[in-house]
Amino acid sequence: MARALISVPKTAKKGDIIEIKTLISHVMETGYRPDAAGKVAPRDILRRFTCRYNDEEVFSAELWQAIAANPFISFTTVATASGTLSFTWTGDNGFSQTETAAITVT
Amino acid sequence: MIRFIAILLLLSLPAAAADIPASERRSGYDFMSPATQEMQRDDALNPAMLWVAEGEAQWQEAPSSAAKPCAGCHGDATASMRGVAAGYPAFDERTGKAIDLQQRINACRVTHQQQPAFAAESRPLLGLAAYLGLQSRGLPVQAPDDPRLAPALQRGEKLFHTAMGQLNFSCTQCHDANWGKRLAGSPIPQAHATGYPIYRLEWQDMGSLQRRLRNCMTGVRAEPFPYGADELVQLELYLNSRSAGMTVETPAVRP
Ligand code: HEC
Ligand code: HEC
Repeated sequence: MARALISVPKTAKKGDIIEIKTLISHVMETGYRPDAAGKVAPRDILRRFTCRYNDEEVFSAELWQAIAANPFISFTTVATASGTLSFTWTGDNGFSQTETAAITVT
Repeated sequence: MIRFIAILLLLSLPAAAADIPASERRSGYDFMSPATQEMQRDDALNPAMLWVAEGEAQWQEAPSSAAKPCAGCHGDATASMRGVAAGYPAFDERTGKAIDLQQRINACRVTHQQQPAFAAESRPLLGLAAYLGLQSRGLPVQAPDDPRLAPALQRGEKLFHTAMGQLNFSCTQCHDANWGKRLAGSPIPQAHATGYPIYRLEWQDMGSLQRRLRNCMTGVRAEPFPYGADELVQLELYLNSRSAGMTVETPAVRP
């Protein structure tokens, strides 16, 4: 499992705009880079990121070769109800990882 | 590389460089763009925190059923390791030499956990070094004060002032005499190693101070000292004395 760090406010008032920040360890190998022996390393990147809030998709992004290693993704959403935010990264070589964070909305 | 050399030749370098007065000492952080500075300031944005998380997990985990985890002997790192990294390199009784923090971690790994040493620049080693370094963040760098370190410190100081490589440059020529000027677009910092290990944008990766020093040596077309070489530790020791009292920033971000 890759290391991932997620920052979500633990509590929010209903209707608040909340900022979410995520980081994940990933090489984001472009598939264009030759190694020391001149052999091009095969592409290995994350392709898609999605955030679901109580099972409703609230944010998604496509990722490409031009994105740096260990991608940082930040976005905002509206606090609607207490529950769970889940974050999923998928990519080359069957990469798939999901992390969750709880939020209490009052 | 060609550009690097061409610009090097344009630098007018005084033959002897004086030490930087204490009031003019500045961290590499001060030479960075506001965006990169923000990346370092905000832990949620700093990719180095991924390695810190790795190190924290390593700290808690027993490497085998027969061995204790780091925490099994040292307890809560936020208490037991507070301020420790700020005083490395330090004198090691077992080898009778100066060792840096990563060598100290590996010494525990080998002697107290009976495990093979972590490889240079490996994730668990950089992770543990970043996690322990974080326990000194905000504290002053401790000058080496053990008298047994004096010979290593002197050798480090001498190396810092020795011209190296095909380009025949010494560390002091760039970092004491020409800091603030630009080299191939990057500002030359004063070489205060207050934030190591660092996440370096150019590497797209975390790296140790030894990796940074080896880069500077390659930059002047010198054969870099191998990882773990006494010379690198001696340089680290001298850098620590030059930066004594400055604030530890680990884990820092650098361009
Ligand atoms: C030709 C000039 C030059 C020489 C010679 C040189 N360096 Fe550097 N050094 C640089 C530059 C430029 C950077 C910053 C690179 C960057 O940020 O991309 C740097 C970065 C550093 C840093 C990192 C500072 C920080 O804020 O993280 C340290 C430490 C350092 N050098 C030490 C040394 C030592 C020790 C030597 C001698 C073995 C040396 N350098 C030789 C140009 C030089
Ligand atoms: C079996 C007990 C034991 C385990 C396990 C252990 N250590 Fe240690 N550690 C020690 C002892 C004892 C010392 C004091 C020096 C010595 O005798 O080696 C020490 C010293 C240190 C120091 C230097 C402290 C200072 O004040 O300078 C650091 C850093 C350290 N250990 C890190 C670690 C890390 C990281 C791990 C896990 C990879 C670890 N230790 C695992 C017993 C242990």
